[in-house]
Amino acid sequence: MATLVFLEHHGDELLKGPLGVLSKAATLGDDVSAVVAGSGVKGTAEGAGSFGAARVYVADDAALEAPLPQPRVDVIARLVRDKGIDTVLFANSVLAADVAAGVAARLDAGLNWDLIDIASEDGRLVGKRPALQDSVQVDVGWKGEPRVALFRSGAFDPAETGGAAEVEEIPVELEDFSGAARMVEQAHEESEGPSIEDAEVVVAGGRGLGGPENFTLVEELAKALGGAVGATRAVVDAGWYPYSTQVGQTGKTVAPKLYIACGISGAIQHKVGMQSSGTIVAINKDPNAPIFEFSDLGVVGDVHQVVPKLTELVKQRRGG
Amino acid sequence: MKIAVCVKQVPEAAHLRIDPGSKRLDRSGEGALNAFDSNAVEEALRLKDATGDGEVVLVSLGPAKAQDALRKALAMGADRAILISDEGAAGSDLIATSYALAKALERESPDLVLFGQQAGDSDGAVLWAAVAERLHRPVVSQAAELSHADGKLTVKRQTEFGYDVIEAPLPAVVAVSDAINEPRYPSLKGIMGAKSKPQETLSLGDLGVEPERAGEEGSKTEVYGLNDPPARGDSQKIEDDGSAAEKIVEYLAGKRLV
Repeated sequence: MATLVFLEHHGDELLKGPLGVLSKAATLGDDVSAVVAGSGVKGTAEGAGSFGAARVYVADDAALEAPLPQPRVDVIARLVRDKGIDTVLFANSVLAADVAAGVAARLDAGLNWDLIDIASEDGRLVGKRPALQDSVQVDVGWKGEPRVALFRSGAFDPAETGGAAEVEEIPVELEDFSGAARMVEQAHEESEGPSIEDAEVVVAGGRGLGGPENFTLVEELAKALGGAVGATRAVVDAGWYPYSTQVGQTGKTVAPKLYIACGISGAIQHKVGMQSSGTIVAINKDPNAPIFEFSDLGVVGDVHQVVPKLTELVKQRRGG
Repeated sequence: MKIAVCVKQVPEAAHLRIDPGSKRLDRSGEGALNAFDSNAVEEALRLKDATGDGEVVLVSLGPAKAQDALRKALAMGADRAILISDEGAAGSDLIATSYALAKALERESPDLVLFGQQAGDSDGAVLWAAVAERLHRPVVSQAAELSHADGKLTVKRQTEFGYDVIEAPLPAVVAVSDAINEPRYPSLKGIMGAKSKPQETLSLGDLGVEPERAGEEGSKTEVYGLNDPPARGDSQKIEDDGSAAEKIVEYLAGKRLV
């Protein structure tokens, strides 16, 4: 099996999601390579060796500077053909999903998405995909090669093994239509202080808080627990809280030991970013909120009543 | 501007199940327009209204009764609908579906192709990128704002890190986020009018889709089996009677989380 993992980066850092996929790939076979595509990314790419890549292909070109999918489809499809790769793995993101589907269509290859695991069973590769609100797990496979797989964000933790990768620069040749879309502006907000992605406890607030002033309830509980604050897309869009705290499909993916959702309904958009958390506690006054379907402890109640009391009790416990 | 909106009929949430025999989604029950697709229909109608002329065409692949879901989108204001419906297309995966849709879109040759952000049944959120690849057109997904001037689209894309503004020349493919707009409800007049709007049904043969590139034969993925999901553990739900905070702390203490 010759596996290739697409390593997405942001700034000078390789993202944790695809590094986790790389670590997983390294447990499945020994011919594991990775690809980094961007502008000025050679140094960034070298770090992949310690997560299990024997080889890292680097596509370094000004045309790859913007995080747009189609030029990356060109790079990866060519690599698959030139290097005889049979399996291409992606960690889900806005960018990676579009790259994966483009690669699959270009190569007429099967794509299985939303996988949480992959295993070699009876001589074939089997992907594990939860479906229908996670009520069933589907074992999926591929007919022929290459195979393309897109993993749910946070499916695997990166494991540093301390190896070194051989770095190979590859030529970049783009299709005409791949360069048609251009990024003209990038408004990225960098978070300050410890990242919510690394926090062991995340307390998040949603529209059920009623207004931006009530985020202090969430902040105080987070502080009492020594955790970080998260927010839903709805409240970030409404300007209640900064984008850097947004948890969800378009936001951070977090998997803390404890996730407390305050006044969050649990739309798919949000669920995608936090469903891998260890223990999920949800407080919401709507007994039919979808969040209760995937929380470990659901509390039907008013956040304005429950959260301040909870903060006090946690403080007492920690203080005493 | 001619806008094609790719929409899908999905089983109603209450009827979502996988048929253990075929291992496919059971599509025999009541169906509905995929909720995320109504954002794409709404955006198409807004773009048409903004330019003052043009046409909004729905394109779908599904069973014959998907006409009902298409009628709902027609009632919102779309002008006409095309349904690719063929026994030979049953069980199509991403590769086969994107091929058939691309064939229908080539025939229509719209300036803009819109998708909703996700399919509510399969949770698929990638089809647009495969279709754009087949059509050799630029693609932008997670569009939170969309505008058009001088043959060029300006798209505000929402990503994990913030907003990007992306420009793309027409013709192009765009997948809109469900944050882009609030879809309108069909008016009574719209519902009545929808019945007389053109609804065309096409076979794979009509589109020149080779039988071996459709359905299960044309698919490159397969389902081996269905299992119980990994257990989440015992989940509990309680109502706050004034002591919920204490109960939460007890629960967390039991798990050594506080």
